[in-house]
This record gives sequence, C-alpha cells and structure tokens, in this order.
Amino acid sequence: MSHDHSPKTAGSHDGHGDHDVSKHIRTYLLIGGFLLIGTAITVWAATIDFGSHNLNIGIGLLIATVKASLVALFFMHLISEKTAIYMFLGATVFFVTGLMVLTLFSFSDLPKDSEFLRLNPPAPAAQTEASH
Amino acid sequence: MDIPYTTTPREDTGLYNAKVGIWLFLASEVMLFGALFSSYILLRVGADWWPAPRSILNIPIGTFNTAVLIISSVTVVLAWASLKMNQLSKFKLYQGITILCALIFVGVKSVEYTEKWKHYEIWLNDGSNYSGHIDVNGKHNPFFYTHNKLVSEGVTEITFTKDPHKYGDPLPEKAAGGGEAHAAEAHAHESMVIKTEDIKRLSAFVPAHSTYFAIYFTMTGLHALHVIGGALVMFYLWITAGSWFRSRPEQFTNRIEVSGLFWHFVDLVWIFLFPILYLM
Amino acid sequence: MAATTTAKTHEAHEAHHHEHHDPGFWRSYVFSSDHKVIGIQYGITSLAFLFFGFILIALMRWQLAYPGKAIPFVGGLLEAVLGEVAAGGVMSGNLYNSFGAMHGTIMVFLAIVPLAFAAFGNYVVPLQIGAPDMCFPRINMASYQCFFLGGVVMFASFFVPGGAAQAGWTSYSPLATTIPTDGQTYWLIGMVLLITSSLLGAVNFIATIIQLRAPGMTWMRLPWFVWTQFVTAFILLLAFPPLEAAGLMQLVDKVLGTSFFLPTGLMTAGGAALADVSGGGSPLLWQHLFWFLGHPEVYVLILPAMGIVAEVIANNTRKPIWGYRSLVYSVLAVGFISFIVWAHHMYLTGMGTKISTFFQTTTMIISIPSVIILTCLFISLWGGSIRFNTPMLFALSFLPMFGIGGLTGLPLGFNFSDLLLHDTYYVIAHFHYVVAPGTIFALFAGVYFWYPKITGRKMNETLGQIHFWLSLICMNLVFYPMFKQGVSGMNRRMADGGATYLGVDDVGSGELVGTPQAMIDLNVNISHAAWALGLAQLPFIFNFFWSMFAGRRVENDNPWQATTLEWQTPTPPPHGNFDKEPVVYRGPYEYSVPGAKADFIPQNQPDPA
Ligand code: HEM
Ligand SMILES: [Cu+2]
Repeated sequence: MSHDHSPKTAGSHDGHGDHDVSKHIRTYLLIGGFLLIGTAITVWAATIDFGSHNLNIGIGLLIATVKASLVALFFMHLISEKTAIYMFLGATVFFVTGLMVLTLFSFSDLPKDSEFLRLNPPAPAAQTEASH
Repeated sequence: MDIPYTTTPREDTGLYNAKVGIWLFLASEVMLFGALFSSYILLRVGADWWPAPRSILNIPIGTFNTAVLIISSVTVVLAWASLKMNQLSKFKLYQGITILCALIFVGVKSVEYTEKWKHYEIWLNDGSNYSGHIDVNGKHNPFFYTHNKLVSEGVTEITFTKDPHKYGDPLPEKAAGGGEAHAAEAHAHESMVIKTEDIKRLSAFVPAHSTYFAIYFTMTGLHALHVIGGALVMFYLWITAGSWFRSRPEQFTNRIEVSGLFWHFVDLVWIFLFPILYLM
Repeated sequence: MAATTTAKTHEAHEAHHHEHHDPGFWRSYVFSSDHKVIGIQYGITSLAFLFFGFILIALMRWQLAYPGKAIPFVGGLLEAVLGEVAAGGVMSGNLYNSFGAMHGTIMVFLAIVPLAFAAFGNYVVPLQIGAPDMCFPRINMASYQCFFLGGVVMFASFFVPGGAAQAGWTSYSPLATTIPTDGQTYWLIGMVLLITSSLLGAVNFIATIIQLRAPGMTWMRLPWFVWTQFVTAFILLLAFPPLEAAGLMQLVDKVLGTSFFLPTGLMTAGGAALADVSGGGSPLLWQHLFWFLGHPEVYVLILPAMGIVAEVIANNTRKPIWGYRSLVYSVLAVGFISFIVWAHHMYLTGMGTKISTFFQTTTMIISIPSVIILTCLFISLWGGSIRFNTPMLFALSFLPMFGIGGLTGLPLGFNFSDLLLHDTYYVIAHFHYVVAPGTIFALFAGVYFWYPKITGRKMNETLGQIHFWLSLICMNLVFYPMFKQGVSGMNRRMADGGATYLGVDDVGSGELVGTPQAMIDLNVNISHAAWALGLAQLPFIFNFFWSMFAGRRVENDNPWQATTLEWQTPTPPPHGNFDKEPVVYRGPYEYSVPGAKADFIPQNQPDPA
C-alpha cells in the first residue's frame, strides 16, 4: 500500500487531509463531554418540581432534542453533508412530523359533546369498536 | 461494466454508494421509530393507568446505560478518525471499546428485564391492589404467572410479599430513584397468603401488564435488537480489519463510516427513550 | 457489441451471450444478484400470485352468486384440503372472510406491487439509466428472498388451525386480534417480511437512480418511467415503516397479550365476559398507522403503471410525450401529498369536523397533479401516427379506465358523500377500476412491450388482440354493475351476497327499505363475467409460454424503434448490461425530430457534428 493510497478521499470530507481529522478529535471529545453533562442535567431536572408536570416533560424533551442534535450534527457530520442527503432527510422529517401531529390532532378533535352523543350516551361497558 | 462509485464519490452528488444507502435506510428508521413515538404519545394520553414518573424503572441503572451508549458513540467516531489518519492499531482499540460498550448495554438491559418479569402486581376481588413478589408452591420469584396459569396448574393459594412502596405510585416527597424510597416507609415487606379464588388479576411487569409496559418493552426491545445487530456488524469489521484495511483502505474506511452512522442513530434513539420511559 | 448499436447496423443475435465465467445453474437463476434475473424472478412469482388471488375471488364469486350451494368441481377439493370450513363443498362465512382478506392482501402486496415496482423496476430501470446493475446487488437478492419467504408464510397460513387471516386486508383491531386463528399471526409475520423486502428494494432503487446514471443522463433526461419508480421507491421507504411498527405491535398484542389496540372494556365474542387483557389501547391508532401506509400504497400501485403507459405511448405515437416537465413535477407532487391524505379512509370513525375538513382538502388537492398526469398522456396522442399494437391497446385503454376509477374516487374523498358510500360495493368498484383495468392493463402493456428485450422474441399479435378485447369487455362487465350495487347500499365483505339486507316494504311509508332484489340479482351476472375474465386470460398464458420458443424472432436489438437506453443493449442484455459505458446526449423521447434521418433518435446517439 503506497502512501498516497491512504484514505484521503474516503468519507464525507473530500479533500480534507489527515491533519483536518486530527483537529476534529477535540470536537468529538468535547461533544461527548457535553452529552454526558446533558444526561446528568436531564436526570437532575426530572427531580425538580417546575410547578407543572407538563413543564417537566417539556424541559426533558428539550434537553433530549439538544443532545440528539449534537449527535446528528457532529458525530453524524450532518453539519456539512451533501445536498441530496439534506433533501431526503428534510422530506423524512416533514412526514414524521405530519404523522405525529395529524394523528394527535385527530384524537383531540373528537366530537365529544356532539348532539348525537348527548342524545345517545354510550353504554359504559359496551364501547367496543365495530365499525369495520 | 463494473458498478461505479462503490468507494470513490461520484462528482455531481459528492457521495459514494453506501453512504446514500445508509442514509436512506436511516430515513426509514426515523419513520419506524417515529411511528412508535407517536404511538407512545397517543397511548399515554389515552391511558387508564400510567405510572408516576421516576417510580418504576431503576434510574441509576438507566443513567449508567445512557452514559455507556454515549461513550460508545464517541469511540466509534474516534475509530473512524483513526483510520483516516492511517492508525490501524488505534482503530482496533476504539472499535473494541465500542463493541464492549454494546455488550455492557445489552447485559444491563437483560438484568433490568428479568427483574421486571419476577415482580408482580395483584388485583383482588375486594378491590385492593398491591405490587410485590410471589411464592408459588415453595418457588420463590417465579417468572410469568397469571391468574389463568394459577388456575390451570391447580394452585389454590400463593404467598404475596408486598412492596413497601407500590410500584408506579408517586414517590414520597424528596425521594428520587427507584430503590431508595423503600427505606422511608414504615411497614416494609409484609407477607400474606392469598387464595387463588380471591384474585381478580395477577400480572408480572411484562408487556401484557399495561400499555405502559407494552410500549416500554416494545420500544426498548426493538432498540436492543438494533444494538445487537450493530454490534455484530462492528464485530465482523473488527476481526477483518487488518487484511481489509491493508488491501482496500478507502473501502474499509467507508464501511466504518457507514456502520458508525448506524451506531450513532441507535444512540440518538436511546437519547429520547431514556427520558420518556424512565424520567417523565 | 458497442452500446451505440442501432437498428440498421445489426441483424438478430442468438439469445446467447457467453459470460467470461459460468457461475452455474444455482448462482445464475436462483441465487443470482443480477438485476435482470431478480426482475424476472419477481415477475414470475408475482404473476403466479396474481393468478392465485384471482382464483380466490373466482371461488368467492360463486358463493356471492349462489349462496349456500356447493361449489362445482373444486368444492370437494376444498373440503378435502381445508376441512370443516368447506363442509359439503360449500363456502362457509369464515372461509369467505379468509379468502376475501387474502385476496386483498395477495393482490396488493404479493402481486401488483412486486410486479409493477420490483419486477419492471428491477429489469428496466438500470437499463434505462445506463447502469451496469443495481447499486447493491446482494441486497437486491436479499430483497427477493424476503419477498419469497413472506409469500410462503402467507400461503402456509391457509392451512393452520383456524385458517388464514379473516379481518380483511386492513386487519383492523380489535377484530383482527380477537378472531381465534393463528392465521392472523402468520399474516403479521408475512407482512413484516414483505415490508422488509420492500424497504431493501426501495433503498436500492433510490441509491441506483441517484448514483448510477450514465454520463450525460441528467435528471431531466430520465425517461418518465424512471421518475415514477423513483417516487414509488420513496413512498415505500417512508410510508411502510409505520405499518411495520403497527404490525409489530399487533403481533405483540396477539402473541404476548398486550393491549396496544384493545380498548378498555372489551368483550369477547357473544358479549359475555370482559376479555382478559389490560385494555387502555386504541383501535384508532391501528387505523392511523395502517392508512399512513395504505393511502400512499395506492400510488405505489398506480405510479409505475402510469410510467409504463407513458413509455408505450411515446413509442407508439412516434412523438415526444406532451409536457414532460409537468409530468415530472406532478409525480413529485403526488408522492409528496400522498403522505398527508390518509385519514380520508377514516371519516366514519367519528373524527371531528376540523380534521375531516383538513383531510378532505388535501385529498382534493392531490387530485390536481393526478389529473395533470392523465391529461398530459391524453394530449400526447394528439397528432400522433399511432400504431395500434397490443401493448398500445392496453396502454390506451388504461387512460379511460383509470379515469373512471379516479373520478369516482372524488365522492369518496368528500366526507359528506363518503358517509353514504363507505364500505359499499361502490368502493370496491372504484378502486378496482384503478387497479384492475387500470394498473393490470398497464402491466400487460409492459409485458407485451418488454418481452422482446427479455426473450429476443415478440409475443403473438393475434392472441394479444384477442386477450385485450375480451379482457376489456369482461372487466367492465364485472366492475361497472358494482357501482350500481354500491349506490343502492349493498355492503362489501358479505358472504351471503347481500341477502341479509334484502329490501322489505315498510308498512308506514310504503317504501322499500334495504337493498332491492334486482341489485342482489346482479351478483349472478357479475360472477359470470368474472369467470369469463378468467377464461380471457388463457390466450395470454398460452402466448406467454409459447412465444418463448416459437414467437417471431426480433430482427434487431430495437424492434420497436425506441429511443431509450434499454433498447440500445444486446438482446437479452448480458451480465453488466452494456459492453461499454453509454453516454447520453439527449432527452428520452426524441421521436420524429424534424430533419432527422430516422423517426427516432436514441438517447446515446451523438449529434452529427
Ligand atoms: C381482476 C379481477 C378481480 C376481481 C374480479 C376482484 C373482485 C373483488 C371483489 C368482488 C371484492 C369484494 C369482496 C368482498 O367485499 O366481499 C374484492 C375485494 C378486494 N380486492 Fe379485488 N378483484 C380483482 C382484482 C384485484 C386486484 C388486481 C387488486 C389489487 C390491488 C384487488 C384488491 C382488492 C382488495 C384490497 C379488496 C378488499 C379486500 C377486503 O375487503 O379486505 N383486487 N375484489
Ligand atoms: Cu386513500
């Protein structure tokens, strides 16, 4: 194996030499440190009473999102990827959000107090689904 | 004609084939776990019973496992970087640590699982309801009993040892984490004999126990399968590293990058699973 | 053989190209990773399943036309193989439900998708983009193997205790979970395998189209068929995983006794006791996850078919497709919007008005690009010198048939009209117009069109025309009356052909309440037409096998004088497809270019400088 065969162009950082990668190592260790600290913060934040449980959930999810973004951006190099990958990941995020939001929305938009249900209250034990 | 761009990037896309492939695969994984997370939200919103946060799984253990995965995520990217710097032995070290982390994670997870499978909740016909451990015919802590199973085995009574703090109930003030709360309560570990005919429902903390445990086991189980699958691939690359890297360094480095991307994704999923299942 | 072979310079090849190394029978035909072999494997397997799915419905049509009478000829066989469910050769209600559920499942997941996407896609796409193979040949092979296993599991489920799945191809919980048959468990395992197979295929298709286009094959020079496959692959990649998640959850419900989809307070059959489950789950969750795939799936069934039709039309009108760019943008739009219309299948589940309005709006929006596509294809006919050969006849009849199917979908997309039409035979008629005289006709067009490339021989034209005209007539005799039945209120999935809801005179108003007898009587005509449709396939089946050995040899590599790259290879294409990497100089449909010597210019022909 000759030296100019070393995997310079392999991976996403075409043209970056060995020297560049060694600079990145610090970043990787730093991010790893942040992630560990983030984990500690999540565990700690869960013990604090923020007044409403929903707030606790929100804060927990926020920290998780920040941590996940760090993994995606730095470990998975999404901070400098190629357009094609951004394009289909963008579509994926859109669809998964649609799935979550629209499904939730359809559950919250049940006609709970419709005229029909008021006149025909469901029998307590027999609410089984049999529409199909 | 041979298939082009298996190792070198194509000029207009800037990507080699496997990189496109793994990202597409990860996109589908996002949809898979996305659907499970949606289900989690809906089941939780509509559930009859959802355990009080932090009262049901062992938080120190969960935190430990989270840290293990994070460390493995760092080592996997360092392994790739070592290859880029042409340092095969360092690569072997980091890749080895990653595989070790995967094993620790799965090991810890299986201890957590079996703990749950020996732990029971009982609902009696008089309306009372406890969590604890059971003795059946002198067997202490057997797996997977249900009321039906007691009946079919002709068991007429069992001994039930109550937990001092009922599983899933809110923790008393100031106490956090699964185990520690126990000492705080006055009458710990009282045993009682219960007749099978008085039992309405008996279930270990298995998937069938409740929708909480159903989604807990399904999501963590699927995640654990990903961990195992990833570990197998990384192990294969680990043992073939020497000859492969020497003969086709670029291709091997690409393989490591691609398997690393998968591994980071597995870590990323766990970063969400940990808080929603253990903490909140 | 140079990649720039043209019609004029070469006489016929023997269907015989020697490989450098002979990989042996197993590696060449069974465990091959060559995209062409895999395409053919997919094609043959899915045609067999198409036939099997048809047999199921042909038997069910007997029960609908003559409820409770023993099935002639095969009744005894059914009883011998399946036992009690076919006692006396009569199809019981349970058996009807099994056959119905499996007809739907097999037709969708084991026949049309693998034929339209995997078979045609595998064979044609790499050739059309000038690639030597798929990006990941071994993953491609694994995809077929998963598919095959999935098919085996589905087929085996007919013979397990309790018989095959009975809760429809939609498998709604709690019904699907509580019917006491292992068939449902098999169904779920089979689905997980089929989904895995589709995912592997989808990754491969997309990566191949992004990475392996030949030099000069820019995005806007792709044949439109490739675009449809590209979008289809994305739909499979991103819409299937939620169903996989749902399938896993239903499997856990079934095997481990959880309650993902079982509500609190569920009764077992007969309403006697509370089912012994924790409850707390949501039946609607299943429906959401199912239809999140289910709707995009209908575009998986139709887009590749449209792609085939476009190729055949361009070739046989001898002029460029009208509005290539509109077609490209429309197919992208359809793919995108198809992800946010799914709950139009759930208007009757008690969704609120806001969310219903949302989904009815997106449903109307998605019909716009679909209509643009159909319109472009219609306009493409204008001014062409049309060759009416068999592939073209099928492609031409696709247009109005799909038109009928599409337009009758609009009343199902509005929630006020769907409340009446939901779950009636109107729905059956609507989507069968889309998939049977629609997609299947396009697939037939594809078979007749690409057959010469695969075998080096053309299929017999006379037999082809007989096949076409009989199929066209029978299809309409089968499905047109179902609109009438549906509008008069006849439910689908009824083993007695609607007799339960036979109309009675209401004493008060003096009007008929229920389904009129005349509508139920139509069942007999429909069934006869369906069996005739089956007979009409005999010329095709005969032609298909006979032409392999006795069909007319093609005179050259490009017997249809086509422009796209798959016709610029040797016949059949050898392993690796092109001897020399082709270079593309022009768009896909340069027919009848003014001033050119021939009435077509292949994509890889350089400009005369
Ligand atoms: C070509 C001949 C075909 C005939 C005569 C036919 C006939 C029928 C009939 C009568 C039903 C209603 C059964 C019932 O509700 O009890 C049905 C259901 C169905 N068919 Fe077909 N069909 C054909 C082809 C296809 C094809 C090509 C597909 C492909 C997608 C398909 C997909 C379905 C589905 C999904 C159902 C619903 C099954 C269910 O209720 O779960 N059919 N078919
Ligand atoms: Cu739909």
